Parts: sequence; structure tokens; C-alpha cells
Amino acid sequence: MLAKRIIPCLDCDLAIPGGRVVKGIKFKKIRYAGLPWKLAERYYKEGADEIVFLDITASAERRTTMVEVVKKTCQKVFIPITVGGGIRSVEDAQRLFRAGADKISINTAAIQNPKLVKKLSKTFGSQAVVVAIDAKSRGNWFECSIYGGRKFTGVDAILWAKKVAELGAGEILLTSMDRDGTKEGFDLELTKRISKSVFIPVIASGGAGKKEHFLEAFTKGKADATLAASLFHFREIKISELKRYLKEKVINVR
Amino acid sequence: MITIIDYGMGNLLSIENAFRYFGAKVKITGNSKEIERAKKLVFPGVGNFGKAIENLKRRKIDLAIKKAVQKGIPFLGICLGLQLLFERSEEAPGAKGLSILKGKNLKFKKVKIPQIGWNQLRVQRKSKILKGIKNNEFVYFMHSFFVEPADKKTVTVLTNYGKDFCSAVESKNIFGVQFHPEKSGKVGLKILKNFIKI
Repeated sequence: MLAKRIIPCLDCDLAIPGGRVVKGIKFKKIRYAGLPWKLAERYYKEGADEIVFLDITASAERRTTMVEVVKKTCQKVFIPITVGGGIRSVEDAQRLFRAGADKISINTAAIQNPKLVKKLSKTFGSQAVVVAIDAKSRGNWFECSIYGGRKFTGVDAILWAKKVAELGAGEILLTSMDRDGTKEGFDLELTKRISKSVFIPVIASGGAGKKEHFLEAFTKGKADATLAASLFHFREIKISELKRYLKEKVINVR
Repeated sequence: MITIIDYGMGNLLSIENAFRYFGAKVKITGNSKEIERAKKLVFPGVGNFGKAIENLKRRKIDLAIKKAVQKGIPFLGICLGLQLLFERSEEAPGAKGLSILKGKNLKFKKVKIPQIGWNQLRVQRKSKILKGIKNNEFVYFMHSFFVEPADKKTVTVLTNYGKDFCSAVESKNIFGVQFHPEKSGKVGLKILKNFIKI
């Protein structure tokens, strides 16, 4: 049976030589958590199912730095690696795949140019294309934001999820902006609604604070995978412990 | 020396890294002569079946692969590299596969597509590359199509995703896996190590 996945997310500031993992709270960065490839290796050994690198640098040098980060990580980490942040073209994606990335994740570029999703999935296959959706609750609907949460689009998250699935996205990385950094738990309503609207895997993100939150994201939220950052970075929960807990609760994990 | 076939379809660095991890000598090439002369071949790939066959033909790699396989050298197809060994695929109706093995590729139905993630191996029979691999161990999959070999005896592993499908084959010197051993942690590395040792 296909296992539910646990994915640590490494937000990387690449303006610092070599890059640093940082932790954002409600989409604003703070605290440093270490070197990207070192942290990735730690998670690999602890039983992470995948690694996500998110480039949150806002400078021009970022591209080459991320390529280096991925290359270095791939030498010792033998699980899938997804890279997101600032990818705007097939060429940008190609550079990362050549460095060893398995999937790329796009948000802003996809909303501004939906054809890019189709182009990327045609070129690299659906399995390599993740569309990230950063959604904020607006009462009875959820609004998509771009530019790392700095700009709202008026786009309905559920309609957008359906649209990108049609365009060939292989997965949706769904972040609740309301929950991100709060440790109050994943937005189960949002996760369930998106998961039920599309026939591709959904990764729930934003709000994990304790083991129970992961459990309910799978059971109530119908997520296929869950993603968290600071909780793992600062060892508040170890991935191996989390998996043991989920196994006890009869969730199929690796 | 392990020769990895480069025909412009996918991430070869990871597979290279995995072999190098064990100190194996690795060569990545798209040159048909070098492929024909290889002592051990790895045929990876992600992407579209039809496009891949076009790429192979244009570079004359299809014939080189067939010649190399006929010599009896150990050959490992991974993901699309496994699928291409067969005759056809629902992904590209009309496109003819390498047809080294008989059978076809089908698309998953009534489940989320692609299958992305870790799924379990149910070993059906002994295979050199599966030495030391226990039942129900997890490996990483990312695909929408799976092979249905005509010769059921070649199926070495089954995996369940909505239904049982063939996730590994062995036929004489030919090995194939639907999952990505280079992305499957320790279990995957063990499989690659077994292939090095053949």
C-alpha cells in the first residue's frame, strides 16, 4: 500500500554564501537553522520521505547557489528532492533537474502564466511538477497568494487546484497562510476540500505543532503527505518518533 | 565499469551518485558505439514513452541497446527505462517500444495519478538484484503507467496500488524496476549494490 509521507521543508536564504536554512513565521523569515545539505542529510537518516528546498532569497545570484545546494545534497541523500522558489521557465527547471532535483515546485509563475504548468509537465512529466498553493481563508472561500504571501490574486484556491491538475501538475503543495507558523494544526477544512477536488496527491503544509496534527491531516484532511519545517529543524519532534506514533495509529508510513 | 545511457530523459546525476557511493566506476554516455560495447548497462528515464523512443531512434541508441543485451551483459532498466523494454504503451498509442520483452504498459485506473511516494515490495520469486530485500520493504515510485509482461514468470515483484501491478522483472540478463532505487534510501541502494556485484 502507498505510504503517507512526512516531508521536512527547508526554507533557504541563498544570499549568504553556501545558503542557510531559515524559518519563516506567517511568511516572514527569521531564525537560522543550519546549512541546507547538512540538514537534508540529517533528515534522510532520520527517515524523511522526501526533502523540499524552498528558495526564499530575493536576489539574482540565487539560481547558481541553489544548483550547488542540490548537487551537494544529492551526493549523500538518496530520497526525492523538490526545489521551489523563483522558477519561471523550462530552463530554470532544467538547471535544477540537471543538478539532481526530482521535482520542481512553482506558485507565482504558474498563476501568472498557467501555460507554464502544461509546458513543464509535457517536458519533464507530471510527476516532476508540483504546484504550490498558498491559500488564505476568506470566510467561505480560500484566496491564492503569490510572491511568498506578499500579494493576493483573487484566485479561488479550489478552482485553481482543479485547473492545475488539468494542466498536468503531478502534486499540490498546499500551505495554509492562516496556520503557517502557528503550531495550531493544519487547516483540515482547506486540505480536505482541495484533496477531494483533485485526483492528484496533496501535500498539507502550515500549522503543524504536535504529532496529533499530522494524524488528523491524514485522517480528516485526506492529505497524501504532510510537510513541516521548524518543528523538525529545532528537534521539537523527531521524524522517526512521529512515524512510530503514526504507525501505532494505523497510518501506513515507511 | 557501469555505463548509464543518456538520451535526454531525466535526472542522471542521482543514479550516478548512487553508484559512485559504492565506489563503482560510472560512465554516462549517449554514444551508440559506447553503449554497444558496455560491460554493464543502466537504462534510466522519466517522461513520455513516445518521446523517449523518438530520442533513442534519432541517436541510434535503440539498436545499440538491443545488440548489447543480446551479448548477455547485465542490463538494468529503471522506471521509463523498464517500460521501454516492452512493445507498447497506453501513453503513446502507435509508438513501438524496444520490444526486447513481450508485453505492454497500462495506465492506472481509479487511483490518484501519478502514483507518487513510497510503496511496498512483495517479492514473487528470487532475483539477483533483490538479494537481501525483505517483503513489504518500501521503495519510491513516481509513475502513471506500469508494465504487464506477457511472460508472467519474469515478474519478480508485485506492488499494490488500487490493484497489484508488476514493479520488477528479471529475464535472463535483463533486470527492470518500476521504482527509483536511486531515490529509495537504503533499500534502493542495496538493490543497486546487488546489480554492481552481478
